Amino acid sequence: MTQAISDSVSYLDEPKGIKSWLFTLDHKRIGILYMWSIMVFFFIGGMMALIVRTELLAPEQILVSADAYNQLFTLHGAIMIFLFIIPGIPAILGNYVLPLMIGAKDVAFPRLNLASWYVYIIGSLFAIYSLFSGAVDTGWTFYTPYSTQTSTSVTAMTLGAFILGFSSIFTGINFIVTIHKLRAPGMTWFKMPLFVWASYATAVIQVLATPVLGITLLLLIFERVFGIGIFDPALGGDPVLYQHFFWFYSHPAVYIMILPGMGIISEVITVFSRKKIFGYTAIAYSSLGIALVSFLVWGHHMFTSGQSELAAMIFSFLTFLVGIPSGIKMFNWVATMYKGSISFESPMLYTLSFLFLFAIGGFTGIMLGALSLDVHLHDTYFVVAHFHYVMMGGTVMAFLAGVHYWWPKIWGRMYNEKLARISAALLFIGFNMTFFTQFILGTKGMPRRYYSYLDQYQPLHAFSSYGSFIIGIAFFIMGYYLIHAIFKGQRVGKNPWGALTLEWTTTSPPPPHNFEQTPVVTDGPYDYDRIMIVGDERVYKDGPEEGKEIAKEVDSESKK
Amino acid sequence: MEHVLKQDTHVAHHFSDAEQQRDSAKLGMWIFLITEVLLFSGLFTAYAVYRAWHPETFINAHKFLNVGLGTLNTVVLITSSVTIALGIRSIQVNRRKQAIGLFIATLVLAAAFLVVKYFEYSHKTHLGQLPGKYYTFTGIEGTDPQVFFSVYFLLTGLHGLHIVFGMAAITWILIRTINNEFSPEYFTPAENVGLYWHLVDLIWIFLFPLLYLIG
Amino acid sequence: MDKHKNHITPVSTYLKVGGALLVLTGVTVAVSFVHLGPFNLVVALLIAGAKASLVGLFFMHLLYDNKLFATIFSISLLFVSVFIILILFDTLTRDAIYEQKAQPIKATQLIEKPN
Repeated sequence: MTQAISDSVSYLDEPKGIKSWLFTLDHKRIGILYMWSIMVFFFIGGMMALIVRTELLAPEQILVSADAYNQLFTLHGAIMIFLFIIPGIPAILGNYVLPLMIGAKDVAFPRLNLASWYVYIIGSLFAIYSLFSGAVDTGWTFYTPYSTQTSTSVTAMTLGAFILGFSSIFTGINFIVTIHKLRAPGMTWFKMPLFVWASYATAVIQVLATPVLGITLLLLIFERVFGIGIFDPALGGDPVLYQHFFWFYSHPAVYIMILPGMGIISEVITVFSRKKIFGYTAIAYSSLGIALVSFLVWGHHMFTSGQSELAAMIFSFLTFLVGIPSGIKMFNWVATMYKGSISFESPMLYTLSFLFLFAIGGFTGIMLGALSLDVHLHDTYFVVAHFHYVMMGGTVMAFLAGVHYWWPKIWGRMYNEKLARISAALLFIGFNMTFFTQFILGTKGMPRRYYSYLDQYQPLHAFSSYGSFIIGIAFFIMGYYLIHAIFKGQRVGKNPWGALTLEWTTTSPPPPHNFEQTPVVTDGPYDYDRIMIVGDERVYKDGPEEGKEIAKEVDSESKK
Repeated sequence: MEHVLKQDTHVAHHFSDAEQQRDSAKLGMWIFLITEVLLFSGLFTAYAVYRAWHPETFINAHKFLNVGLGTLNTVVLITSSVTIALGIRSIQVNRRKQAIGLFIATLVLAAAFLVVKYFEYSHKTHLGQLPGKYYTFTGIEGTDPQVFFSVYFLLTGLHGLHIVFGMAAITWILIRTINNEFSPEYFTPAENVGLYWHLVDLIWIFLFPLLYLIG
Repeated sequence: MDKHKNHITPVSTYLKVGGALLVLTGVTVAVSFVHLGPFNLVVALLIAGAKASLVGLFFMHLLYDNKLFATIFSISLLFVSVFIILILFDTLTRDAIYEQKAQPIKATQLIEKPN
């Protein structure tokens, strides 16, 4: 493998100047541009959630009026979905590590990649504009006919989401082509890390589903501006058709959110179990399976909308299919840990949180997919809790696992592990306090999106709100130690975790063109059964005599 | 990592050779094309739903579309597809002047398509056969005739917009051809614009019978 | 044939395909004036499909190019049909719940009036 090059220039230092960042074509720098901008919106969306939860401490007004409350939960949803969680993992971590993982110098279309960031910024400006021009109170789903009638700034917000769609499509095109065409010599499809497989499946969904969101939002805008009438019952249109259109995108979109997260889990779990991943091919194909099934189930969001009984039954049946590929993944992850030498560094803590929370989120998803039960639970807090278990307990936990896993690679410096573990624990506790309570609230009949409620719900609402404050604290601690690490963290070598994928064979942070020389891949991404990393270098347990001896030595040392 | 073709200025640093770059660009273009297909699919779905709900209206309303003009436009677009395909072929065999002529012909045909469309639109505006709430025409029997015109204007409008984008793209490759930037070794942008233009033609091939020729 | 070499289609092929497309256009217009009931739609779509295939295979070079392109293009058509068919399952069978024939809600049934 490549020699350690201590004096190589890092992509962070060269070239210099703000312009070199704003016009960079380097996928790593674009990933970082995305990171800062997405984090701003994550912060805004998070603060909105905290205000909403504070308001819900009691049935009467505490902080904001009812109208402001409607706008806050809508904006929390719209910002978190369109500006944080959809671009989150692909645009930040995917952009950064995907080319590194397959041994490429960059993504296939670097200019398109930069353009996607600018498009993201333009789209987000529309969203911000709508914030200050009357906000939006429709819920993040913009359901007609209310969204065509409300006087709030729906047009600007949907135009923003429409534009953000292009950013998503650009990223998707880039990833598919990069994976097809730019793999390093020896990097066959089945030697690709599973994060790459997951990103591929994600990109397929981005490309196939996002255009439908585009036309849907365009029709909504036309409806508002020109009264075109496609969704307007007064003009012969059908509002339920809007829901079909919307969910044809937005259901696959939740897999745009979760699939790359699942990819991260596959990476982290095998590295910190020091064991070859169990069922590589099954996990790889299940990503594609999820991508396919995701397009067949959208109608389960519409069981109470007035769609036909037949359609509801078909969609309910198809929804159960999602359990199969997701189950395959869960079992394989657990089997990977079995008899591994597991270490509990912070990325692994987030991964374990993910496994626990995603299992709950997934199971409640199956419950909600059952037609007869959903009719009762529809639009209650049960749905809110399910959604947050999957999206926050699933995607956000996986995102954080990835952030903690690759942070030393990105900056070349390590964060404070002790604080990281504390915040991981706080997050887990706070999350379950907040959202498990909401399952109970939902089964007791508390409808979602309500400003006020009956007194009997008050204790549970208050408990949920206290949990959200713990989540807030955990994120502030995390923000502190992660940013501190960028400037003051301890420097790390190439491979602080002892992982086998290609991004750990280059320096931390990597040079501008990723690798000193194009890597030639001979080993699988998870061959922990025959390779171990000793001081950044690979030692083959089944290799020449020396290798075996070093392996034994290190083994016996670690036992002490 | 050696740069195989140093002399080839079109190869970006992250590709190992011109062939890899060309393949990538074409694959990217094809993926972009399927996003276009999915974009139109929403409107085709709306068409299917409303036609199934109002079959009589659709039959009655489509009689107010001019089959002659629709056929003319179909012929115009098919011809333009032939001219752009031949234009790209001319680049492949290094006949630059011929390519320039064919690209200009394509542009003229595209403009002709829009002119015909303009006459159709203005005629309908005149009669009040407009979408949604602007529909004022009274001569069509059946439920909700305005829905037919909503679907008609959306489909042809979005398609017309793509014609305009296509004309801009053809102008761009025309200028690059005039500047002698293409050669039999490198003409990927022209090839990709060609693909886009054929897709626009392909969508019209479906729009034409669905809107103008309802039985 | 090496698929990576530039394929140069002969001029005559382009012209023949163009001619075929024009002929098919004539056929589809002619057929539309014959009353076939629901089969008008079927015939129209079959002819459009044939024309689209000609454009795809010859003008867009799917016949000679990397088969991956044809594959992804077919996948997109597959998803379009999923989209349309699953929605029609709803809109065509709505009268199974409601007594009246599936009809959009009337303006007078709006609960909330526009501002």
